[in-house]
Amino acid sequence: MAVLEASGIHVRFGQRVVLEDISFSVQAGELHGIMGPNGAGKTTFFNVLTGRVRPSRGRVHLDGKDVTSLPSHAIAALGIARSFQLMTLFDEFTVQENVEVALPEFRARGFDARRAAAGNEAFESAAMSVLAQVGLAEKAHFVAKDLSYGERRALEIAVALAQRPRVLCLDEPTSGLGSDGTARLADLIARLKGKLAIVAIEHDMEFLFHIADQVSVVHWGQVIARGTPSELKANPWVQRSNLGRLQ
Amino acid sequence: MRTPPHAEKLITPAMLALGLVLATVPLWITGIGLYPYLGVEILIWSIYALAFNLLLGTAGLPSFGHGAYFGVGAYAFGLTQLNVAPSLWLCLAAALLAGGIAGALVAVFISHRRGIYYAFMTIAFGQIFWFVAIKSHSITGGEDGLLKIARLPADLGLVTFNLASNTALFYFVLLVFMLVVIGLWRLTNSPFGRVLNAIRQSETRAAHLGYPVRLYKIAVFTISAALSGLAGGLFAMAQNSAFPDVMSLHQSGLVVMMVLVGGGLVSFWGPVIGVVVYLIARDVIGAVTSAWMLWFGLLFIAIVLFRPEGIAGAVQAWWKEFDVRALRLRSRGVLNQPVRD
Repeated sequence: MAVLEASGIHVRFGQRVVLEDISFSVQAGELHGIMGPNGAGKTTFFNVLTGRVRPSRGRVHLDGKDVTSLPSHAIAALGIARSFQLMTLFDEFTVQENVEVALPEFRARGFDARRAAAGNEAFESAAMSVLAQVGLAEKAHFVAKDLSYGERRALEIAVALAQRPRVLCLDEPTSGLGSDGTARLADLIARLKGKLAIVAIEHDMEFLFHIADQVSVVHWGQVIARGTPSELKANPWVQRSNLGRLQ
Repeated sequence: MRTPPHAEKLITPAMLALGLVLATVPLWITGIGLYPYLGVEILIWSIYALAFNLLLGTAGLPSFGHGAYFGVGAYAFGLTQLNVAPSLWLCLAAALLAGGIAGALVAVFISHRRGIYYAFMTIAFGQIFWFVAIKSHSITGGEDGLLKIARLPADLGLVTFNLASNTALFYFVLLVFMLVVIGLWRLTNSPFGRVLNAIRQSETRAAHLGYPVRLYKIAVFTISAALSGLAGGLFAMAQNSAFPDVMSLHQSGLVVMMVLVGGGLVSFWGPVIGVVVYLIARDVIGAVTSAWMLWFGLLFIAIVLFRPEGIAGAVQAWWKEFDVRALRLRSRGVLNQPVRD
């Protein structure tokens, strides 16, 4: 059964139709890529999945449960984590503090004002194991603001992973990364794949076709093609419209 | 605010040092040409400013009508004393509770807002409280104030302390101040405080991490208003009366100014520094010229222009220059610069 399923999603902003009848599902352990030109509605679609935008029509189901009308925090607590296109880390926190605050066990104690947050070994070890996964363990005590661009990208993913989500939504994870950084990110995602469902918006075709099981091509608010990377490469229509850059 | 040193401790060396210094104040305050009541005022305003800064500095919520809760606490203290029972503990509890209830009511209405809209709503609600205090003459005495509020004795069962003298009152208020400091230090460094800090940095991100941001904003506003009410109650006791002017927009602005001058945005102690500087400046410059507010206003402008982190920020920056540990960290940071992606 699909972990996350969206059916017949319509979004209108005033007169403008941004998304028109988008249906989509992702299985546990699968990576579903979303590509398409700028302004196609990809990020809006993410906003619908994570409760930032309420669709005018259509439903979103997580594990069979209707989550369409829930606020973002409730959807996040149910297991959909997302990274942002424009990175929104807590700049004044250290790397470790950024990850700790994302842990479900930290959230469970969020209204606890009687104990100190620092020096809690359970939080610390959970955060360090996530940081080790993304290769940031040595930077744990750096203030987030002082990280390099690539490291911030890695921290962004660490924060999403710390939530132990059922579904991980990555909005252009490679943007701004060089080839080296992209290769390391592909490694990381390959290691994560199979453990959870991943939805990734991505411009870098080569990257996406390398890691994705399924790819949806979105244009003018609609899914114009869908399939495995090899199916899409063979699709002449998609080739002409969108994948010219891919040999 | 970044996590300060000793964040995990209940009582820090700074707290102890401050407590000890403050405990000696009555011994020398007249010697330096000031007067004991100023010490009481400084402590009460410090409680108020710390409570205010829980909102502004920790949670990033600008409340420009915070005098309302200070005033509600002052009236609650006086009215409980005059109409219910003249018990210090009961009156202080009433001040805390009344401030908290008023704060919670307002918070429910404004906490879905952000930024400038939030700030304007706090002003609007603050004005409502102020207006009601002036107009309900039969309850609050209107602009004539609520008079004949007594400095009630502290009854501890076995012993009773008379707080009528300024020195006795100073030590009582110092005790309350230290308890508030310990409580707020723990709160700001707890998981709850960390979440508030996260909300200040990005409400959107905090929501997407699963935190019900609105509930947190209501909770912190309520706590801040309750402690402001407590400060108001102590103030009513100290000046034997309660007046609506503490609730006015102008007076609400004072606490904002004190906190910013002191450096509440970068330091837990900023509000206390700001209160000390403001009240001493008022008396020292005020003794020379009646236009002292002009000079303090100029100081405020200079700080906003050149040291937006306030006095505490300036001290921190200066300290960092000399802090060997920071130097070492910085050099290690340079050595560890990653190879460019």
